[in-house]
Amino acid sequence: MGDILNVFIKAAFVDNMILSYFLGMCSYLAVSKSVKTAIGLGIAVVFVLAITTPVNWLIDFFLMKDGAIIPGVNLVFLRLILFISTIAALVQFVEMVVEKASPSLYNQLGIFLPLITVNCSILGASLFMVSREYNFGQSTAFGIGAGVGWALAIIAFAAIREKLRTAAIPAPLRGLGMAFILTGLMGMAFMGFMGINPGDYIK
Amino acid sequence: MATETKDGIFGKKERGLLLDPINDNNPVTVQILGVCSALAVTSQVYPALIMALGVTLVTAFSNLVTSALRKTIPASIRMIIQLLIVAVLVQVVEMLLGAFAYSAYEMLSVFIGLIITNCIVMGRLEAYAMANKPWQSFLDGIGNGLGYGFILVVMAVIRELTGKGSFMGWRVLPAEVYTVNNLMVLPCASLFLIGILIWIQRSANRKLIDVS
Repeated sequence: MGDILNVFIKAAFVDNMILSYFLGMCSYLAVSKSVKTAIGLGIAVVFVLAITTPVNWLIDFFLMKDGAIIPGVNLVFLRLILFISTIAALVQFVEMVVEKASPSLYNQLGIFLPLITVNCSILGASLFMVSREYNFGQSTAFGIGAGVGWALAIIAFAAIREKLRTAAIPAPLRGLGMAFILTGLMGMAFMGFMGINPGDYIK
Repeated sequence: MATETKDGIFGKKERGLLLDPINDNNPVTVQILGVCSALAVTSQVYPALIMALGVTLVTAFSNLVTSALRKTIPASIRMIIQLLIVAVLVQVVEMLLGAFAYSAYEMLSVFIGLIITNCIVMGRLEAYAMANKPWQSFLDGIGNGLGYGFILVVMAVIRELTGKGSFMGWRVLPAEVYTVNNLMVLPCASLFLIGILIWIQRSANRKLIDVS
């Protein structure tokens, strides 16, 4: 239990997808002009990450491990292709489910849902899960944690950007330049979380 | 010179395709594409060079293939087809690196796989290759790869020099002369650095300034 909590906290705060691996930077910069849209995209990313990471774990474990389907045949070379296809298919599926189940949420998310396919944090989470050799429970916690961390960063960033709209920034630094420096400062603040292990307290 | 007005093999238009992305239309600092990997792999020069090479190859060849198939790809499923083309090429690059440049393969780890979702590749496929001829698309891919690589190498040189006092793994600034600044190899330093690079570029090239 403590182990799973550790993975979650690490993914959300210490190894934050945006602030320490820069994954999903493109949509982070493009969709952070207002807090409202940032919240919508954040929720969508948590949702997709929480589903794709465990599903990709199952695919990796049951289809691609050494000799999983045919003895003696290692299908690892198909990993990238299968992962990205799963993500594209699942995003499409999530889009259809949300459209049927909650039309109001669908309208809010609108264009952001299909864009999530090419958000690098989704594929990144699946690849990290493989390279860190997580088990099923850990990869589920990792997927949710990574999504929460991503959402937290984009919402905080959008709030700061809204306040900055009236600030006197030198013209060449306005917009993109300032956005990067701000993200760097947020990253330094998040470095304060390094080394925490909440799981140690639960025995 | 006669080729300049028509679709020549290497006229003015083709030269523009190759050189514009280096400054005026740089994929990282102007189009904001492919920022993720640009920041993550630049703490040393060698992996940054390998990454730039990989992205250039993938962008150029995926542009070429997509452009050749552009009339047969149905619009409704074009995203999935483009992703598959890119995924196959990235897999090839990953296997080549694993075979011929194992140390870089180890250092880059997941970031090679992440070339698939590198926005430069998808962005150029959508914006250019779906509407242009194969040869021009191929050059556009190489140009954007070079523009991306240029930013990557500039950042990596600065970060490795100030953070480790070395260049390509060789110690050039001796410890007695220069005390290394460990902040520069941390992730947040690359964000400050790219912010400053954008500031410098936009001060020199004022038409890029964000008016909004």
